[in-house]
Amino acid sequence: MNIQAMAQDIPVEGEHTMEGVDFITSGDQYLTFLLAQEQYAVDILCVEEIRSWEQPTKIPNAPSYIKGVINMRGIIVPIVDLRLKFSIGEASYLDTTVVIVLTYHNEGNSRTIGFVVDAVSDVLNVDNADIKPAPAFGGCVGPQYIEGLINSENKVVTILNVAHLQKVEQHRLHS
Amino acid sequence: MSIDLSQFIPSFLEESFEGLELMESELLNLKEGDNETIDSIFRAAHSIKGGAGTFGFVKVTEFTHLVETLLDEMRDGRREINSKDTEILLESVDCMRLLIEAARDDEEYDQDKVAQTTSRLAETLGDEPSSDSDNQSENMVAASNVCGYTINFIPEHSLAKTGNDPLFIFSALAELGQLTLSADCNDLPALVDIDPQELYLSWQLTLYTDADEAEIREIFEWVEDECLLEVVPIPDTSNTSQDIDVLASEEEPQSQSTTTKQESLVNTPKSSTETELAQDGKVEDENIPAKAKAKADVGSIRVGVDKIDNLINLVGELVITQSMLSELGNDFDMDKVDRLTSGLEQLLQNTKELQESVMRIRMLPISFAFNRFPRLVHDLAIKTGKKMELVIKGEQTELDKTVMEQIGDPLVHLVRNAADHGIESCEVRLAKGKPEKGTISLDAYHQGGNIVIEIKDDGAGIDREIVLAKAVEKGLIDVNAILTESQVYDLLFEPGFSTAAEVTDISGRGVGMDVVKRNIQSLGGRIQVESTLGKGSCFKVHLPLTLAILDGQLVKVGSETYIIPLIAIVESLQIDNKLINRVSGDMVLYRLRDDNVPILPIYQLFNLATKCTEIDKALLVVVEADGQKIGLMVDDLLAQQQVVIKSLKDNYQQVAGISGATILGDGSVAMILDIPGIIHMALAQAQHAQREKTDGNASVTAEVCL
Amino acid sequence: MTKVLVVDDSNSIRDMVSFTLKSAGYQTVEAKDGQEGLNKAKSSSFDLVISDVNMPNMDGISLCTELRKLVNFKFTPILMLTTESSAEMKMRGKSAGATGWLVKPFNPEKLLATIKRVVK
Repeated sequence: MNIQAMAQDIPVEGEHTMEGVDFITSGDQYLTFLLAQEQYAVDILCVEEIRSWEQPTKIPNAPSYIKGVINMRGIIVPIVDLRLKFSIGEASYLDTTVVIVLTYHNEGNSRTIGFVVDAVSDVLNVDNADIKPAPAFGGCVGPQYIEGLINSENKVVTILNVAHLQKVEQHRLHS
Repeated sequence: MSIDLSQFIPSFLEESFEGLELMESELLNLKEGDNETIDSIFRAAHSIKGGAGTFGFVKVTEFTHLVETLLDEMRDGRREINSKDTEILLESVDCMRLLIEAARDDEEYDQDKVAQTTSRLAETLGDEPSSDSDNQSENMVAASNVCGYTINFIPEHSLAKTGNDPLFIFSALAELGQLTLSADCNDLPALVDIDPQELYLSWQLTLYTDADEAEIREIFEWVEDECLLEVVPIPDTSNTSQDIDVLASEEEPQSQSTTTKQESLVNTPKSSTETELAQDGKVEDENIPAKAKAKADVGSIRVGVDKIDNLINLVGELVITQSMLSELGNDFDMDKVDRLTSGLEQLLQNTKELQESVMRIRMLPISFAFNRFPRLVHDLAIKTGKKMELVIKGEQTELDKTVMEQIGDPLVHLVRNAADHGIESCEVRLAKGKPEKGTISLDAYHQGGNIVIEIKDDGAGIDREIVLAKAVEKGLIDVNAILTESQVYDLLFEPGFSTAAEVTDISGRGVGMDVVKRNIQSLGGRIQVESTLGKGSCFKVHLPLTLAILDGQLVKVGSETYIIPLIAIVESLQIDNKLINRVSGDMVLYRLRDDNVPILPIYQLFNLATKCTEIDKALLVVVEADGQKIGLMVDDLLAQQQVVIKSLKDNYQQVAGISGATILGDGSVAMILDIPGIIHMALAQAQHAQREKTDGNASVTAEVCL
Repeated sequence: MTKVLVVDDSNSIRDMVSFTLKSAGYQTVEAKDGQEGLNKAKSSSFDLVISDVNMPNMDGISLCTELRKLVNFKFTPILMLTTESSAEMKMRGKSAGATGWLVKPFNPEKLLATIKRVVK
């Protein structure tokens, strides 16, 4: 699968001095993925792994976008379907459907959550200065989730704020 | 010969601490005429003394000897069991602990305390402490100008029946020097009269050695009562054997018989035997196999090196299995399928053993933390002059070792607090119409993926007004602040807050409770206070249980598998239609003997799709929590197994009705049901439905299937 | 190979005795109290028994008495491990049929030297 190949293309810290390879070290790298036809991206340093879709164990009375939990090497990881969460496209589960597992560290705590997306597409090198604020036109992705927009060739990629994605809304039993 | 005794010291320490704990708890239970208890206390002290002597902890040996003597007198009935002696013994246990800890850490100990207790013990015993090993070493015969001995050895006929064999004695003698011997067979009866089990011979031996007489007598030590033994020194003259021969023949039985009673038990053999032994055996480097099996039901909070070794061994086996399998996988064909199967079986076995060993190390019953409280409360009662007793429940509840180790001190604080601030004096209690004796109870149980430890007292309770006034006085809150009940109680945990009218040396100076709270929070737990003025208080410590194991019943609902803690299950049954009753419209009750148990379909509670919605086709798992029984309707019962509880909170959040998750054998995740939570949910739901009904709405949630 | 039954309720002492004996080439079987010792003795034969006196379930003296009743153990040397060096203790051991005694504390060297008096 091309994800594997792509994953190998992701430069690792410390490899920067590799001979003959010129990495762009200024700015950050982002992993881009597709929700329906739209391009989104997350900070690549947060990406734990990319998994193929598997049916998770349901969490009783959870919101529909929380698909359940899976066992990732002994860790219980919740799975959030971003398409349902943002109401983008159709939540279909195909061979190309993947789960991007993100870990976000915050003051000694870390949280690991898997996000279902339609496909992973590329790794983007982004200069911070090129990130533009998103226009405030609403849309289905709440503004708190959006870090900014970046132009990639002729497309616009929405950079998502991982810290906010990781915040699970408290949900209660219907009562 | 160099056998390194230090390798046995950790296990000696471990069992000594266990012994001390046992002594302490048994002493607290000690009653007049309870010989069995005295016996086991004595045995514990005795073992500690023996071990301490062997491993060179002289101070411990000496001190424990006194304790043992006192216990021995109690055991023999020479001394009555009274509370004064019990107090002294309890104090002695503390001293022994001090001494052993000091020996372990190679540090100084509280000499005053030990000296004090020693003199109290000695006083009780009515004599000065004396060590049993000093007296006899003086009697050694100086053997400076002796070059050997002639020994006349006339054993009784029955000697062999004690298991002694003269030949071994002679070879032991021969190791001391040059031995010649002649047997005397005059006593030998006629062949027909010979009893093959009897010994009819006697011997005359000549031994040239530089060992002293005591060493020789020591060799005969075990037979001296079954024989006539004479040991006559041969003077060391430059003269030759002539004189010696003369001496040997002159020597008469009577001449030395007075010395035969000489004791030489405590002398250690001198260099001659040691050098001999040094050639004899080499200490092998290989470790003795870990004795994990002998200690299957660990009685210790310390993890012994052997257990770690055992784990390492298991990992070693796992690695071997793994490399075997991967080699097999390198060029696999169907001929090798048998080897693959057996390899996989081996892997299964390895993994299982490894898992078990790891579990055993991590989880310990909370009784380890509770053990110290009977003593603490006993001491507190004496110190405060109040009467109180301790009730312990749920001590088998298992808790992660690290959590246990860190919860000990906060619990001590809370118990002290209950004894000091909670329980009133006898007069006050009687005046209030309460029993004279106060009760402090400790309880531990699992609840919703947490372990809850309750410290409850039936004392005065917390006076909110006083707390508020104090907080205002200390500037912790504003005079006009309006606080909820729990906010008031939270003030107790503010740094620098103390409600005791006087500061006592028991609860300290208010530096405790904030530390208690901090410690509990650092474990990821919380503390909750409930109190009724005049009735008592209850401190509930909730601790996470991320590593706890649980015996679970796996059940199926729709496509999902859930785990019901076995401990909550009363029984599981096939539903009998005749026993179903509907009351007040939509409540479905199941008649379980005398009880009417509400039926709660899991699929409804969790909004799941299942084909199994008819009560009479489903199974009922009757569970109980907080005194309330409820029947959980499930599609099917699966296996029972032990599961490791994993928290959902780490990466997600607490889920109502779910105490955690676990990973099943096939790698999938299953949810563990939180029975108290579910009962709570069901009640809330029922009330909700009730309200809707009275509002005139059609029943939405509590529509129970039939 | 000389086979020794080591009976003691203290793990550390038992381990120490057993380890010492093994390193000197003896074969050992361990038991944690008199009852277990007796059971093991019944199912096998030994060249030597070393037993503690104070133990739960069955003490060393009773063990000794019981062993002497077994045909296999009529002449087997039985050594008692004691902390008391009193004559009374020795008499109790003797009358139960013990061969001798080892007074605690003892060190491995002494142990090995002493048992030479009763076994190879």
